[in-house]
Amino acid sequence: MTEGRSLTGGPTGPPTAAGEAPTPLGDAAGGEIRTLWSDAWYDLRHKPLFWISSLLVVVLITMAAMPTLFTDINPEHAVLANSLEPPGGSAWFGYDLQGRDVYARTIYGARTSILVGVLAMLVTTTVGLTVGIMAGYLGGWPDGVMSRIGDMFLGLPYVLGGIVILSSVAGVRSNPSEAAIMAAVILVLAVLAWPVTARVARSSVLSVRAADYVVAARALGAGPRRLILRHILPNTVAPVIVIATLNVGAFIGAEATLSFLGIGLRSPVISWGVAIADHQDYVRNALHPMLFPALFLCVTVLAFVMLGEAIREALDPKLR
Amino acid sequence: MAGEPILQVQDLVKHFPLTLGVLYKRQIGSIQAVDGVSFDLHQGETLGVVGESGCGKSTLAKLIMALERPTSGNVLFKGEDIAKLRGKALKAMRRNIQIILQDPYTSLNPRMTVGDIVGEPYEIHPEVAPRGDRRRRVQELLEVVGLSPDHINRYPHQFSGGQRQRIGIARGLALRPDIIVCDEPVSALDVSIQAQVINLLESLQNEFNLSYVVIAHDLSVVRHIADRVAVMYLGKIVELGTDREIYDSPTHPYTQALLSAVPVPNPEGREARERIILEGDVPSPADPPSGCRFRTRCWKAEAICAEEEPPLKPRQGSDHPSACHFAEVKDVVHSGESG
Repeated sequence: MTEGRSLTGGPTGPPTAAGEAPTPLGDAAGGEIRTLWSDAWYDLRHKPLFWISSLLVVVLITMAAMPTLFTDINPEHAVLANSLEPPGGSAWFGYDLQGRDVYARTIYGARTSILVGVLAMLVTTTVGLTVGIMAGYLGGWPDGVMSRIGDMFLGLPYVLGGIVILSSVAGVRSNPSEAAIMAAVILVLAVLAWPVTARVARSSVLSVRAADYVVAARALGAGPRRLILRHILPNTVAPVIVIATLNVGAFIGAEATLSFLGIGLRSPVISWGVAIADHQDYVRNALHPMLFPALFLCVTVLAFVMLGEAIREALDPKLR
Repeated sequence: MAGEPILQVQDLVKHFPLTLGVLYKRQIGSIQAVDGVSFDLHQGETLGVVGESGCGKSTLAKLIMALERPTSGNVLFKGEDIAKLRGKALKAMRRNIQIILQDPYTSLNPRMTVGDIVGEPYEIHPEVAPRGDRRRRVQELLEVVGLSPDHINRYPHQFSGGQRQRIGIARGLALRPDIIVCDEPVSALDVSIQAQVINLLESLQNEFNLSYVVIAHDLSVVRHIADRVAVMYLGKIVELGTDREIYDSPTHPYTQALLSAVPVPNPEGREARERIILEGDVPSPADPPSGCRFRTRCWKAEAICAEEEPPLKPRQGSDHPSACHFAEVKDVVHSGESG
């Protein structure tokens, strides 16, 4: 105890001197207190991956919002004589089965595909994350009830569930508006997919809930809101971000499946999924009416996955 | 130790129910983690609590912190029962008692900066420090625990174990509590760092007149820091006394066995020292032995030990309370040195 007071200046005194790895962010001598979010933004701005993927996403969203910026060809204009004509000078991507311009249809298709993919992802993630965190945090019977409800939806085969819900919401013979059928498709995808996100979030919460830093925060008098928002959510969100970005691609593909079965979006709605579904019977005659929408689909999925990856990394201080 | 004790623990009991069944849960028994523990703690005093793992030390810490509700008994802070407080009153009470946790690698949120972690107490209790003053206070706290105030924007993973434990101590100090419960404060650290952290705790005690409840399984750590020591076995205190009384003249066989297992650095006389090696394992706290809980492993046990539970009271030949029918002083620490 003799050297009690000497500790502040003792061997481990100012730890900077101990040859510690300097942080890329440096130490603020006089600046403001930084938070996880401001550090994450600082980190993102220095990542090429982030800029490339956001550029792609911005281009795709512009394409969806204002297709006329990219093409002035009418995607509905059909000349049957051009049916399945390969790419050439008059049409960069060739013509489809009905003799319509594939390039124009791919550009116009971005709107529905991206809208369906992104909206379904947002609904799925919001619902799944909320339910998962509630179930994991509350435990006990609320967890049991929520998990079993999730299991019920998870047990429903995708296609069967889609057929049942879509044919009851929007009958095959009826002629619903484009917006109504898109809303129905988004709903079906979200209803069938949220339990996966909820499960991942729940298991992640369970591993974090018992952590000592949560105990310490409780001992300080933190309420449930602070515990969830400050301690549990930031340490839970990484796997959910990964699932969410992968979901965008999966949903665009699933939308195509439903279209192929004749219960999702259908002509005259223009979407990548519909184009792929319509032309997969003619792959051996002409690849291009299917190839280009599929290529755009891949790039879209890749852009969202890269963006999600960049955000996930930025939110983990250990990876800086 | 004159005056009113700052913390009084009275007959504290915590039983965790053991249940069976999915929908309808039947209680088939209970884990008797803490079973009738009483002690007082005075301002500026350090009480050490020692015992094997599973003896209820950590549950005791959680009960004092009001992180668990006791089955029965009271925890009085300046006469007010913590265990009965709810909501706002409990939150206000938490300013007085803080905890330092065992593992510095899991006790700090990896996604918060040091400034956020040490400043969080002020966010939870905004009445303690005005917003504009918090940054300065956090930096002061970092300096007090021996860290550079410039490290306020770093993340926990950029620090070593000892430094992280200092951050945890700074967080515990932020609200200027009267009592700090240290749950195994150094057992996760290197031996070389242990002494630094222990010394830091002692200097902080002098500076802020803190009272400590130090929970540890390492007797040498407790001896170094504690004024009084409580020895726990299976949810009960078996012996309670000043550090001298416990280390130089232990009367309970369990205390003697624990002390005889402390490594002696001096090789001279080490071999001559008598070592008491206990047989068997700690019995299950769900089904503790009748009478004296230690009797299944005690070399002194007789018929009375199974029938009558020995109360914790001063025994013949010593001044401090001990819960053994056959308590007698036996110096196990120094016995080898003289021989």
